[in-house]
Amino acid sequence: MIKIENLKASIEDKEILKGIDLEIPKGEIHVIMGRNGSGKSTLANVIAGNETYEVDSGLIAMNGNDITEMSIENRALQGLFLCFQYPVAIPGVSMAYFLRAALNAKNKHDGKEEMDAVKFLATAKKILSDLGLDDSFLKRSINDGFSGGEKKKSEILQLLMLNPQLAILDETDSGLDVDALRTVAKGVNEFKNDNNSVLIITHYQRLLEYIEPDVVHIMIDGKIVKSGDMKLVHEVEKNGYSWLMK
Amino acid sequence: MIDKNQQIIDSAIDQEYKYGFTTDIETTTFEPGLDEGVITKLSKLKKEPQWLLDWRLKAYESWKKMEEPTWAQVDYTPVDYQALSYYSAPKYKKNDSLDDVDPDIIDTYNKLGISLNEQKRLEGVAVDAVFDSVSVATTFKKELAKHGVIFCSFSEAVIDHPELVKKYLGSVIPRTDNYFAALNSAVFSDGSFVYIPKNVRCPMELSTYFRINAANTGQFERTLIIADEGSHVSYLEGCTAPMRDENQLHAACVELVAHKDATIKYSTIQNWYAGDKEGRGGIYNFVTKRGICAGDRAKISWTQVETGSAVTWKYPSVIMQGDDSVGEFYSVAVTKNKQQADTGTKMIHIGKNTKSTIISKGISAGEGQNTYRGGVKILKNADNARNFSQCDSILIGNKCGAHTFPYIDVKNPTAKMEHEATTSSIGEDQLFYCNQRGINLDDSVSMIVNGFCKEVFAELPMEFAVEAKQLIEVTLENSVG
Ligand SMILES: Nc1ncnc2c1ncn2[C@@H]1O[C@H](COP(=O)(O)OP(=O)(O)OP(=O)(O)O)[C@@H](O)[C@H]1O
Ligand SMILES: [Mg+2]
Repeated sequence: MIKIENLKASIEDKEILKGIDLEIPKGEIHVIMGRNGSGKSTLANVIAGNETYEVDSGLIAMNGNDITEMSIENRALQGLFLCFQYPVAIPGVSMAYFLRAALNAKNKHDGKEEMDAVKFLATAKKILSDLGLDDSFLKRSINDGFSGGEKKKSEILQLLMLNPQLAILDETDSGLDVDALRTVAKGVNEFKNDNNSVLIITHYQRLLEYIEPDVVHIMIDGKIVKSGDMKLVHEVEKNGYSWLMK
Repeated sequence: MIDKNQQIIDSAIDQEYKYGFTTDIETTTFEPGLDEGVITKLSKLKKEPQWLLDWRLKAYESWKKMEEPTWAQVDYTPVDYQALSYYSAPKYKKNDSLDDVDPDIIDTYNKLGISLNEQKRLEGVAVDAVFDSVSVATTFKKELAKHGVIFCSFSEAVIDHPELVKKYLGSVIPRTDNYFAALNSAVFSDGSFVYIPKNVRCPMELSTYFRINAANTGQFERTLIIADEGSHVSYLEGCTAPMRDENQLHAACVELVAHKDATIKYSTIQNWYAGDKEGRGGIYNFVTKRGICAGDRAKISWTQVETGSAVTWKYPSVIMQGDDSVGEFYSVAVTKNKQQADTGTKMIHIGKNTKSTIISKGISAGEGQNTYRGGVKILKNADNARNFSQCDSILIGNKCGAHTFPYIDVKNPTAKMEHEATTSSIGEDQLFYCNQRGINLDDSVSMIVNGFCKEVFAELPMEFAVEAKQLIEVTLENSVG
């Protein structure tokens, strides 16, 4: 699904990603853990094409196509989706309007018809109720005055509506109460199937009690220093990261 | 990123102005120049009564003694008033039948998306079409007359309803109010006139479509709207002009009078030619607009979407004389390339419990300069007056500017004032968010800007809100990279 080779990226001449190799095959869930500031969000942003970061070398390929130079929206249209760690507010633009614009862009790209309003509403309402959100949520301005939990749920709502091929979840579990965490996990599991992939960036094992990862990577100072299975998560949770540094 | 930004901002400027064509048509045009003789000739041509000619000449006397104002935050080549022609009109006689309107003119309006054919016209909108110095057609007059509504060109009103014109002309904007109002009072050539009788709710939207066609001609129109007690009217004006290298002057006056319990809603979509990317050409839009809430519980609401003109200088204002009267001003002003706008409002509270609301949204792109200038004045007897002002600016790119000048003058201690102001750049993070959802750059920009303008668009009549949104989209296309 996605393959990253020796990716180096910097911001304002400061190198943040120092040679990342990562491959997530179709149908797998991978996890990245790592200290604050180790470059996890940077990696997510660079994969998504955020031009604030400079790609110095390396390759990002999706389904065998090199997307390293591709525009942000084309990557998205290829099926890449980022659940933002800090989703930005867009005052005056309703959730419904935004979602429809995104869906229409995708359908147009896929050569499909626009989703009609009735179907759109039915689909959105179903997901909203699964997420424990009121229908009126669609009328609110995106992320404008949303609580921390609402922001995360709004990202999951978009994920489920857009149904991408690769979802990157950047700390979607942070700041959620127990019930909300369960709801979000349920949403992710609902999304997941054999034909798509998920990359979860997290600091805690609690989300992973609901979502079973195939591979766990540890990122330190812009590099993936170790990969393994769930056991690695427990080790980090118990001993921190120091033992991995050297 | 910056380089790409710049490149695309620069290319935005090549955005074509859709309405820049000219109509080749036979006209009666005055020789350039201004003096008593020209004014007298104009007045005679229009078969005006002596009192109106006297009124014009007095205005001209005052104007000659006045200085062109320089306090606005705009910079432009001074107008040579003797080099302008003060009258240009298509050669044909207006009468009641639309069939007689020159097909070229009908065609011009069709190209602008305005059908003068009543059957094809948007349901429920009557149009007065002003072409250069004269009104060429007014639709739905008969239908409106059934309700007692008078909707006609200003020139016709002078002939057919002299008592109303005499009573109200200059009653809100005195002849000597300011430099451009004085000039307009001296030389105004046509415009629209509306009278809504007592307790009548005007059955359709009224609109005037202003078109400048002739070169080297100033357009000086005058609009007067009177809403008698308990009546209601919604009025809209639209404006376009051909692309020409020289600047053209448009100095209009709009006077609104709302009597007891009457409501006037006045909306403008101003899309005059803005000049090219070097700032060559474009309309100087120097306009005086003012309304008076003459009676208790009257309400006047101005909504404007200003995307055109090289230089805009305009402050639609409301004098709240009646108790419990309401004044509102909702504005979206967009400047790009070298456009300059100095616009805002003045809310004058005289009556008790008067209430005003100001919502101003400034959008600057390219090298555009956008200034909000707003005054709120609360006089001594205006007990419990309230004002809410919100002025937000958004910057696209880093060569443009936004400025806010609020003036507040409160003479009554019971007044309640609230003022909010923000300036922000269109966020890279907002664009990234939208792009990440597969929405392209232009759509993202227009979505963010439309969201920013939402409160103002909500005030426009439905069909025009759609038009305004599209206009913003076209105006800002390619303005970010
Ligand atoms: N836009 C930016 N401007 C300046 N520095 C940045 C920017 N984005 C990231 N950095 C820097 O890059 C480094 C990595 O940041 P990043 O956000 O990728 O870390 P992270 O692993 O996601 O951390 P956390 O766990 O706290 O979310 C940090 O030192 C950070 O300050
Ligand atoms: Mg992070």
